[in-house]
Amino acid sequence: MPTATITGVAVTLNDEGFFEDPNQWNEDMAVELARREGIDPLTDQHWKVIHFMRDQYFEKGTGPTVRVLGKTSGVTIKELYQLFPKGPAKMAAKVAGIPKPRGCI
Amino acid sequence: MTFDPVGRPRWCRSIALVNERILILGGGTGGTLAANRLRKALPHRTSITVVDENDRHVYQPGLLFVPFGLAAPDEIVRPRALQLHHGIDYHQSAVDHVDLDADRVHLADGATLDYDVLVVATGCRLVPEETEGLVGPGWMRDVFTFYDLEGATALHRALTEFTGGRLVVNVVDLPIKCPVAPLEFCFLADWYFHERGMRDDVDIVYVTPLDGAFTKPTASRALAGMLEERHIELVAEFNTGEVVCDETGGGRLVGYDGTEVPFDLAVVIPMHSGATYVGRSPGLGDDLDFVTADEHTLQAAAKANVFALGDAASLPISKAGSVTHFEGEVLVENIIRFLRDEPLDASYDGHANCFIETGFHKAMLIDFNYDQEPVGGHFPTRVGVPLLEESRLNHLGKLMFQWFYWHALLPGRDIPGITSAMPTAGKHVEPTTPSPT
Repeated sequence: MPTATITGVAVTLNDEGFFEDPNQWNEDMAVELARREGIDPLTDQHWKVIHFMRDQYFEKGTGPTVRVLGKTSGVTIKELYQLFPKGPAKMAAKVAGIPKPRGCI
Repeated sequence: MTFDPVGRPRWCRSIALVNERILILGGGTGGTLAANRLRKALPHRTSITVVDENDRHVYQPGLLFVPFGLAAPDEIVRPRALQLHHGIDYHQSAVDHVDLDADRVHLADGATLDYDVLVVATGCRLVPEETEGLVGPGWMRDVFTFYDLEGATALHRALTEFTGGRLVVNVVDLPIKCPVAPLEFCFLADWYFHERGMRDDVDIVYVTPLDGAFTKPTASRALAGMLEERHIELVAEFNTGEVVCDETGGGRLVGYDGTEVPFDLAVVIPMHSGATYVGRSPGLGDDLDFVTADEHTLQAAAKANVFALGDAASLPISKAGSVTHFEGEVLVENIIRFLRDEPLDASYDGHANCFIETGFHKAMLIDFNYDQEPVGGHFPTRVGVPLLEESRLNHLGKLMFQWFYWHALLPGRDIPGITSAMPTAGKHVEPTTPSPT
């Protein structure tokens, strides 16, 4: 399993760069992860989505899909794409330090 | 005193005073085959009731063929009640809501039905209204779907009148029923326009939110190659935000990132949700009205005496008839165990099996489960039909399946060689590298 160093801390990521263990994550890492994805700075709306993703993960065992985010996070899908242009569910999951949303098979 | 799983003293059961009531919501593939299998397995003092809002059972794999004139709408519809064995009650009404605490279902016609075991098998519903502009002036004029009978029938007329241009096939978002069907539609469109001598006048474009042609890597590569061979353009990672139709005909798909895909004729697979009553039943479903259930036992997370079957369930596997079929065997076993107060040890492995129609009288078979992606080889053993490879035999298999559906699958007969557990004998599976411990 690949490891990476984020803000000086070693964390375990999967092959696609998603956290294996969300408990290794902290907010400073989110700022750094977002910068790597081209998002700088993280606005209040970004944080709202990041915290929502993490809450959903710990409640349901997987991060939400974009559609569910749009229905339940209080942020519209259009705005989600403005916040996380490369695909809100995947990109926000990466920044929020949770595994890739299982989504749909 | 000890109590059984539905809260009655255990001695009642031991002297057969209890008449258990099984209530199945939905008379489609799952509801029908579960009812028929349960009827065979359980004594007649156990009542089985199926509820559905209409009496039209559609053979859904047939919807793919209707637009191309390869099946007539009335050939793929039969009465629901007639598919149920003697001794199963059929109640026609929509469902208003489920009261999980009271073990009671309230129907739209005012009736209430109490149950000891509830099976939710009401499938999916299409929600085109969730995509901006999809149900606009162009709907059923230049924008169609083949995912219901009305749409497939209207699309048949539109294809017949189509004189050429850009045909765009778009999956808006997953989950959808039968994720290979939109690809099959592209392959059949290639064949259809070729047969009509106008293939060069039509650009076929497949637009998907996935990062490739399909969800699983090996099959995705094979299917992408087949699109390329047929000169069908693949537009991946497109997230449809809006469908804009021009007054003069045609229009464009607009992605959330602002990119556009123009079309003269669009075949859109709208978003799917679970049945609306699931959303009106507190605790039963998720945010999309699908029922959260254990992926192996099919027992709902909501309550121990509730099970979910087929497309209605939120499981990490394709929504498809074969999945429902294989789940059905496990579900019936587990309901019987539940009624006997035994552990639910029947386990569904995520087995799915799909014939993919590829046009020109050929088809390809894929067979997979939660852990094993579709690979090459043969099914069900080393001697059998080829996997992940086009053949006429597979096309015949696809055509014959309709007979099996009405006469073997729905009545709950076992089909020789086809089991709930995914077979591995004929598959070309790479040996897995042992992970370091």
